Amino acid sequence: MRFWRKVLAITWKDVLSEFRTREIIFSVLVFTLLVIVIFNFAFGGGQNTIQMVAPGMLWITFTFAGVLSLNRSFIIEKEEGCLEGLMVCPVSREGIYLGKMLASLLFMLSVEVVALPIFAILFNLDISFQLIVITLLTTVGFVAVGVLFSALAINTKAREMVLPLLFLPIVVPLIIAAVEGSGLALSGESWGEIASWLQIIGAFDAIFLVVSFWVFSYAIEE
Amino acid sequence: MKENHIFRMALLGLTTIAMVVTMYLIFIWVPTEYEMGVIQRIFYLHVPLAWLAFLAFFLVFIGSVMYLWKRQEKWDVLAHSSAEVGVAFTTLFLITGIIWAKPVWGVWWTWDARLTAALVLWLMYLAYLIIRPYTADEQRGARFAAIVGIVGFIDVPIVALAISLWRTQHPSAVIFEGGLESSMLATLLVSLVAFTLLYWLLLTLRIAIRKDEVELKRLKELRD
Amino acid sequence: MSDSIPLSSGVEVQELTKTFGNNRALRGIDLQVTYGDFLIIFGPNGAGKTTLLKILATIMKPSSGEVRIGGLDLKKDAEEIRRRVGVVTHQTFLYNNLTARENLEFYSRMYDVAEARQRIHEVVNTVGMATRLNDRVSTLSRGMQQRLSIARALLHKPDIMLLDEPETGLDQEALPMLWQALQNEEQKKRTVVMTTHNLERSLELGNHLVILAKGKIVHEQTGISPDLSTLRKVYEETTR
Repeated sequence: MRFWRKVLAITWKDVLSEFRTREIIFSVLVFTLLVIVIFNFAFGGGQNTIQMVAPGMLWITFTFAGVLSLNRSFIIEKEEGCLEGLMVCPVSREGIYLGKMLASLLFMLSVEVVALPIFAILFNLDISFQLIVITLLTTVGFVAVGVLFSALAINTKAREMVLPLLFLPIVVPLIIAAVEGSGLALSGESWGEIASWLQIIGAFDAIFLVVSFWVFSYAIEE
Repeated sequence: MKENHIFRMALLGLTTIAMVVTMYLIFIWVPTEYEMGVIQRIFYLHVPLAWLAFLAFFLVFIGSVMYLWKRQEKWDVLAHSSAEVGVAFTTLFLITGIIWAKPVWGVWWTWDARLTAALVLWLMYLAYLIIRPYTADEQRGARFAAIVGIVGFIDVPIVALAISLWRTQHPSAVIFEGGLESSMLATLLVSLVAFTLLYWLLLTLRIAIRKDEVELKRLKELRD
Repeated sequence: MSDSIPLSSGVEVQELTKTFGNNRALRGIDLQVTYGDFLIIFGPNGAGKTTLLKILATIMKPSSGEVRIGGLDLKKDAEEIRRRVGVVTHQTFLYNNLTARENLEFYSRMYDVAEARQRIHEVVNTVGMATRLNDRVSTLSRGMQQRLSIARALLHKPDIMLLDEPETGLDQEALPMLWQALQNEEQKKRTVVMTTHNLERSLELGNHLVILAKGKIVHEQTGISPDLSTLRKVYEETTR
């Protein structure tokens, strides 16, 4: 109980800080919209083409939005040495991981909650329940490894560069499954058709939540 | 020191012999495949390279886990050296794949499941090698690299699964399928042995060079 | 957190080493600080002072050696040690976008502080920041942020205070406040370990002095003699 109170305290102070600055959600949302608009020009306006490239567009956008917001995640901890402040608190390193992970998850989901309907309206697509589930689970996978690499990148000399270099190859299976699954969901397929993709996403989430949880302490230790 | 040298010379000799035999088998002894013609012989290089890349990355994983656990430099040296050799083999695997694809399918690159997975691994382990110089001190670099080595290897089966499933939905050229004739199988097995010896040799040499680097650095600091 | 004073809240260090690659920052430190002592760690830049303090604060892991704080093993009971240690460095550990109160509330939760509201009022009164409680940290002056940082470190009534070169970070106002807070806060006896490069001033405070050079203790004395010139000589001889 005490453990989770501390985890939520870490999440809550990130949320509070975000309310004040709107650094992550707002900027990332604007970025997302910009990317969607630019994709529209890149692929031309025809409805047929859009139907074909929509899932890819969606996930390229969310992936880069994820990199952008994950990069911010540990920057506030680095100012004024706050990460050290957290490390001298009586909470395990794993608790810090969970707190930061939940905050990042909230931020990314907030972006997606706004971006997904806009995406659907602009490209005349239907959002099904299946698509929502895929988006939710994929985002969990993103932040599970993303927070680990974000903590690692913040302690390197080129943090903005290091995060995508590490993050993108690792999440390849997640992106493949999300794109394929979303494609099926957008064309109105049933759960049965999507199941195998959901299984990959679910396996990725479960495995990397556990792995990141265990190795996180090595990423922040000095 | 002396024993190490003898061991390395013996390994070098053994590898050379095995390689010469392998080359003889591949280019002279084994019959030409009926459908693909002479280009199919690249198969006897292509497959061992894939096996070695996997073996190398597995050792990166072992070295990484042991390093985080024991904090002994030797495990980091093993992981780092193996990653370098692994990336080199993956590069060769991709190149032989490209050379093979052109005459058979008329394109340099096809998003074949194995080649695609290799490409993803190649990028992953390049990142493993790239992260080190970006860190402030060597131990942090070793620790960060170990994290990437662990997370990356655990990702390998998921990458393979996702890509093969993706492939079945978007079928494209499959480079190789089906059974092998016994002479072909024999050639492949000999080639596997020879390349494993080569990996072993390269790994020991790389580790030896790394030790010299560390020693040089230490002496340099002593002088300063 | 418990209010009872543990039997031993001293610091014991045995054969502690820390290496960064080829750089041996600490080369075998042996140290005994008894409960209630005020230890001053003095030494030139790069002597390993901050490394030693970071290890005591459980931020950094030692390469080898034993550390016991308040009778607890650093390797096994790091979390329990953190509960009893307060840390002040030149960085404030405060979140700029949150108010002073929100920062203190956050750290109260992290340290399981009982009656947090009341305790927050106590500590901000101690450092004279009661009127600025609802201001965002980024709007406070550097000196005020540092005072708030002292309040943050005192929140959970630590038995052991670790101070990393407080004079570098703290201004003329904050420094006396810190000394006063350390002495007066409920008349609580505590162990203090402080690194410094200002010998004169710290001699007035401490009763145990250690000079660190190149990762080794080169001089140690308890019950500090105010004879500065002798100490200077020792310092110059040992750190050369």
